[in-house]
Amino acid sequence: MTLRANHDMGGLAAGKIVPREHTYEPWEKRVDALMMLLSHKDRQLLRVDELRRNIETLGPDAYERMSYYERWMHAISQTLIQRGTITLDELGRKMEAVKARGALPGEESC
Amino acid sequence: MPGGVQAGMQAGMQAGMQAGGPTGGTAGMYGVEPHGAAAHAVAFSAGDRVRVRTAFPPGHVRTPFYCRGKSGVIERLCGAFPNPEELAYNRSGLPAQPLYRVRFASRDLWPDYAGAAADAVEIEIYQHWLDPEESA
Repeated sequence: MTLRANHDMGGLAAGKIVPREHTYEPWEKRVDALMMLLSHKDRQLLRVDELRRNIETLGPDAYERMSYYERWMHAISQTLIQRGTITLDELGRKMEAVKARGALPGEESC
Repeated sequence: MPGGVQAGMQAGMQAGMQAGGPTGGTAGMYGVEPHGAAAHAVAFSAGDRVRVRTAFPPGHVRTPFYCRGKSGVIERLCGAFPNPEELAYNRSGLPAQPLYRVRFASRDLWPDYAGAAADAVEIEIYQHWLDPEESA
């Protein structure tokens, strides 16, 4: 059993780095905006430290598989549930409602 | 707490901000608020040799795995900040923990390091992760 947490990969061989440009999807911009609004000093519904903890506790498989903003989305929702800001049931029902509603104008369907 | 230590900490905080430390850049964005005077006493000063504690508590830790158990030199005090290991669980993180920039020789971190002997890595580490080490 290794003592190193999966995310704590500083100093490990990283392979070749291939820089590339990419644009952000509308949903990724929304996740970023959610993070800014929730962590704003006037609200403080979420701390970046909580975000990081919830990202770090993803299993190794999920951590590798999920994209940057998918990890944020996971961590934001978990923090809000842990703090009691929302309930798991509310989250589940909202996800169903959004799925039933379908993409809004300007949104790409995922 | 002697006045000199307080003054030194204040100067260190300003230096940290200029260097883009924890109070720079993201502080306003993520809602880090001032902690007032509730801080642990500063234990180290620039030039002191320290060793990072060899501990592996499961949870949110800001001390990189690869420097645990390694020895380095205090480069500067960055200021004192609420302990992120506590903030991660929505607790206050107070009293604030002094944060230092610690310099490690790359060859001390990685025995098989093939670069120049003078190469070094600087890592920002909170005081509760550091033990004093006598100079050789």
